[in-house]
Amino acid sequence: MKDSDEKEKKLRKDIGKAYGDYVKQFTPSPAYVSNGIKAFLVGGLICTAAFWLQKRLQDGGMSETDAGAFVTILLVVSAQLLTGLGVFDSLAKFAGAGVIVPITGFANSMVAPAIEYKKEGPVLGVGSKLFTVAGPVLVCGISAAVAVGLIYWMIGRIQGV
Amino acid sequence: MEGILNGLMDYVWAFVIGGGFCLIGQILMDATTLTAPRILVIFVVSGVILQAVGLYEPLVKLAGNGATVPLPGFGYNLAKGAMEGAEKGFLEAIMGPLKATSAGIAVAIAFGYVISLIFTPKSPKGN
Amino acid sequence: MMALKKIGSQSMLFPSGAWIRGRGTVVGKKEGSGPLGSCFDIVLQDDMYGEKSWEKAESKMLKDAMMKAVQRAGLEKENIDVMLSGDLLNQLMSSSFMARDMHIPFLGLYGACSTMTESLVLGSILIDGGFAENVLAGASSHFCTAERQFRLPVEHGNQRPPSAQWTATAAGAVVISGQPPGPGIPRIRAEAATIGRVIDAGIKDANQMGAAMAPAAVDTLLNHLQDTGRGIDYYDLVVSGDLGFIGREIVMDLLVDAGLPSAKVRERYDDCGTMLYTKDQDVHSGGSGCGCSASVFAGHLLQRMEQGELKKVLLMSTGAMLSVISPLQGESIPGIAHAISLEVE
Repeated sequence: MKDSDEKEKKLRKDIGKAYGDYVKQFTPSPAYVSNGIKAFLVGGLICTAAFWLQKRLQDGGMSETDAGAFVTILLVVSAQLLTGLGVFDSLAKFAGAGVIVPITGFANSMVAPAIEYKKEGPVLGVGSKLFTVAGPVLVCGISAAVAVGLIYWMIGRIQGV
Repeated sequence: MEGILNGLMDYVWAFVIGGGFCLIGQILMDATTLTAPRILVIFVVSGVILQAVGLYEPLVKLAGNGATVPLPGFGYNLAKGAMEGAEKGFLEAIMGPLKATSAGIAVAIAFGYVISLIFTPKSPKGN
Repeated sequence: MMALKKIGSQSMLFPSGAWIRGRGTVVGKKEGSGPLGSCFDIVLQDDMYGEKSWEKAESKMLKDAMMKAVQRAGLEKENIDVMLSGDLLNQLMSSSFMARDMHIPFLGLYGACSTMTESLVLGSILIDGGFAENVLAGASSHFCTAERQFRLPVEHGNQRPPSAQWTATAAGAVVISGQPPGPGIPRIRAEAATIGRVIDAGIKDANQMGAAMAPAAVDTLLNHLQDTGRGIDYYDLVVSGDLGFIGREIVMDLLVDAGLPSAKVRERYDDCGTMLYTKDQDVHSGGSGCGCSASVFAGHLLQRMEQGELKKVLLMSTGAMLSVISPLQGESIPGIAHAISLEVE
């Protein structure tokens, strides 16, 4: 009984692989080159603009850390505002990863699900849906960073002794 | 003259490295079936790991915002906070990541909440 | 007792007679500006339909399609014995809340995007078996409700790959009756049906729905043809539900592979998902959702049958039986297809 179950599973896997290959010939591939160029240019522009702003703020006497924080805040706020206005999805449709990989994509990923769950209320609707996409990012990122901190702390202790 | 040229090169590096991260992201999106949340997680966690092994700091020195604005830069800041905290003690090592990124996270949550409450979602443009 | 109306392995005939008496359709703005726009009863200017949420809007669309079908049949709501309906939302939200307003005995159905044929088949069974005099059968889908349940939020910045399909904002309904329509009105009869099996070809990519469902459509069609002893050219049109451009190509290739004549397959077979939109409407591989085959069938195909352009049509709505959590558990996407044969007498 168990044997035939295993066989069926294996057969299904083989069929899936063969059919997946067969299907590929009917599927147009994405426009790799033009998508890549657009993402590179738009992403590069956002970073360059952020760099320019950072320099201006530092010229005005701000510390590097503070200026960096302000740049981040500005990027987050503008991305979220554009999401609220319903413009960000059109931007992303054009630029793809060019606006998704910068911190703007993270900001968008919070507002986009939350705004759709307004009718479900401000607490369990918007309040919880802010984190449908951002939650995993924060959880994984912060956990990894805390682990790094602890490892560095332990190494420091061992070396200190 | 040399100063201006050096200043200009900073901008070029910011553009190239920032754009490069986006290009990698675009290839991941097009060539794999990874969904957006997974790609975001991969970028942030790889930033954490790269910084932990000392590879990300040089990139930030070179490209400035070109390396800090893309999501690996968020991971870099998290890890950097943790590593700097670790030098001060156990508690600081744990608080470090959030301390270093608190401005961005706090604004993203608070402003995102306000925006979500103010605006209504639009159905996609029919044409 | 012997199953007298069953033929072959999974098909049935409706000898006592089940006639399509009325039909109603409501579609969104995008669908209304597509090539079939003029076929539909109501085209929305705003996909919210004056309601407070998209789910409520979908529910209202379904209700209006149902009422339109009853009205076209020349009946009253009170004449309907059973209402069969389904949609894509969890716990059939659109259908159940539509039924709350209708006060008609109601059976909710889930067959993913195959729901329209599922409700037509079951409705015809109820009529042919003499269990009901008039049955309302319908289905609906809404881009915004389905998208936020199954994929990512609408405002989320992402790019749709070329194989992605567009969930139709549409609702369609028909009245099936044991009494043929009066003189002078074309008599369209549900004549045979084939209930499909769930077929899983192992596709895991949620942006490859057409490819995931195509094997189920081929399986159902081949079994239908074998059970009834017919060739594909028995029908003027064999139309699948929402396989899209990619799925349609796969079906044609597989059918030819199974030994059906290539020219006839290309001539007689089409897909609702490729009919609802034009290519420049940015829908990539075409339409999908329960409302896709529901609205194309009730709005366009039945109209062509009434006008005498089509005599024999096999409608074969296709469904992808995935849940919100099944892809997260590493499961592939199972497909299903049911077929119903309609003839102008």
